[in-house]
Amino acid sequence: MTTATTAPHELRCDGILRPGNTNCAGCGMSIGLQWLEQALGQERPTLCIPACCGIVTAGAFPTSAYGVPTVACTFASAASVGTGVSAVYAMNNEDELTICWTGDGGTYDIGIATWSAAAERNEDLIYICYDNEIYGNTGGQRSSATPQGVKTSTTSRGKTEPKKDIMAIAAAHRIPYAATLSIAHRDDFMRKVQTARRMKGFRFLLMLSPCPTGWKSEPGESVDLILTAVRCGLFPLYEVFDGRRYRINARPDGTPLEDYIRRQRRWRSEQLDLEAIKAQIRENWAYLETMARVFPARETE
Amino acid sequence: MARELETGNHAAGYALAVAGEANRTARGAICGAYPITPQTEIVEFLRDFPFTKGRVVPVESEHSAMGVCIGGALAGARAFTASSSNGLAYMTENIFAAGYYRLPIILIGVNRTLGPPWNIWTDQGDTLALRDAAWLQFYTESHQDLVDTILVAFRVCEDKRVLLPGIVAEDGFVVSHTQMIVDLPEQDLVDRFLPPLDLPHRLRGRSVTVGGMTYPHETERHRMEIQAAMERVPVVLAEALDEFERVFGRRPHGALSAEYTEDAELVLVACNTMVRTLRNVVRRRRAQGQKVGLVKVKMFRPFPRREFARAIGSARRVGVLDRNHSPGSGGIFWPEIVTSLRDRPDVLVQDYLVGLGGGDVTPAVLEEIIDDLAGRQMAEEPLWKEVLT
Repeated sequence: MTTATTAPHELRCDGILRPGNTNCAGCGMSIGLQWLEQALGQERPTLCIPACCGIVTAGAFPTSAYGVPTVACTFASAASVGTGVSAVYAMNNEDELTICWTGDGGTYDIGIATWSAAAERNEDLIYICYDNEIYGNTGGQRSSATPQGVKTSTTSRGKTEPKKDIMAIAAAHRIPYAATLSIAHRDDFMRKVQTARRMKGFRFLLMLSPCPTGWKSEPGESVDLILTAVRCGLFPLYEVFDGRRYRINARPDGTPLEDYIRRQRRWRSEQLDLEAIKAQIRENWAYLETMARVFPARETE
Repeated sequence: MARELETGNHAAGYALAVAGEANRTARGAICGAYPITPQTEIVEFLRDFPFTKGRVVPVESEHSAMGVCIGGALAGARAFTASSSNGLAYMTENIFAAGYYRLPIILIGVNRTLGPPWNIWTDQGDTLALRDAAWLQFYTESHQDLVDTILVAFRVCEDKRVLLPGIVAEDGFVVSHTQMIVDLPEQDLVDRFLPPLDLPHRLRGRSVTVGGMTYPHETERHRMEIQAAMERVPVVLAEALDEFERVFGRRPHGALSAEYTEDAELVLVACNTMVRTLRNVVRRRRAQGQKVGLVKVKMFRPFPRREFARAIGSARRVGVLDRNHSPGSGGIFWPEIVTSLRDRPDVLVQDYLVGLGGGDVTPAVLEEIIDDLAGRQMAEEPLWKEVLT
């Protein structure tokens, strides 16, 4: 039991996300943090977390819901602070894992130059974006991760622009590993985190993260929503090695897109064009299938 | 010691490098490097330096340069970088963060006018704009002052009674790109002067969230602790100067230096290279029998208020040379001087805005200012140099 009188050096690392945190029910990020911990076993990484729900998770000083060393960074700085931390661990021959744990605002928008530069330098970081497709803790404003047709507090009639393809941007850096994570596919999630852990250099993981508050969805349906997003083809599960070699992990099974859309009130907007989204999904898959056929991942990867 | 002909920037780069190298027996050195005129040669020098344990990361922006310093410092390394002008403005969010994290990072601020309109020459507005960022600030007058002050700044900032970052400023071009003979201290002496960094709150496998959320009363306490640390700086600085003299055999200027002030009737206040021009003018006036003195203010944060009030001696007229401008107020040194003299209503304090945008502050300008100050019945609003000429 940690008490107020415990000296800092006695604060033992006891896991990534502790129970008793204040995260919303049905928060995809909470599940992601728990699965991250399970995937890493006894390893206790250092977390660099910018302004996002992920740092609100920590709670208020002097308590912390994180049982590992954690730096609350400025919004655009997860990958630069992570670079400094990781570099000093390395020069002291410490095999410590540094993870940037960031939202879509910090990844698609304000922090993109920072992590792009860290990726270009191939810093030894695992960079994980939990993408809830909005600025969540400020009350749900659009980001460049918000899909076309979704209502947010700054797109009251629905967003008119399509979502940014951040995986393509990550892969274009020719980093060792980029992969998508699903909180409905546990084995796949575990394997990808462990694959990333075995590698060195910049590893980029993208997790679609339900936010019942922002998505206007039922908290109890969060995992099923992601399962549906994968099955209808909207959120493909795949890996890219060295930015060139592709592997698809799950293919659409004919589940209708409507099963995903109609359970979230954020999609009820004038801008929603289901047929356009379906056309985009088909195009995305044609591209992915082509890449996976022409530039397949190696058997050993 | 090696006496060499060096530019200000290479001298500063050398001082940062040997300071970083001195931490090789501890957790090493880290630097985020990004170019901007007139600072660029510092990060070029650092990128070429063969650190035993250290890394100079070529980042994509000043904001990330300070981010790398923050991460590296939190992991226990000696951290430093350099920037100028709009680069400092771009870095500002993380400059504040570094202060509030209590990380003893050293930043060389090569003074350059903020733009637009674009101007690469010196004024002190860029670093002075950071005065509220929980950083110590030092303003240096020469190449040697720069080198010595960088080493002193590491020692003071890393002292457990302080634990705050520090800016060491030099004038762009006037110092950064001119060459002077300078003593560059050898590594073994620097090793003696700078003990290995032991940051008490570094990341070391503890489940601590650094920089997490605090409520108002804890934030207030945090700021009070920073203020208390600032108030301990004069004592720590005095000890550092004593130690510097023991190790290197010379004593750099402290927070301020008063020259010709014992019997002065009027005193001019300046920082950076203006001090050197002013010193010559004051000597000439003294030779003519005029009781003029000068106070070089080297440390702007914490501002040495008590020392300043003592430093002017019996002078009743103080002229402040401000090579900076806070629109709607005036010079930035001026209110600090007025506050320092709040118990001296008998002293007339006049602010002069000089050399903005890198205009030369010539002896002729300073002569005019001395005459204006000597003949003045009362102080008025800050005066622009152009108004006088």
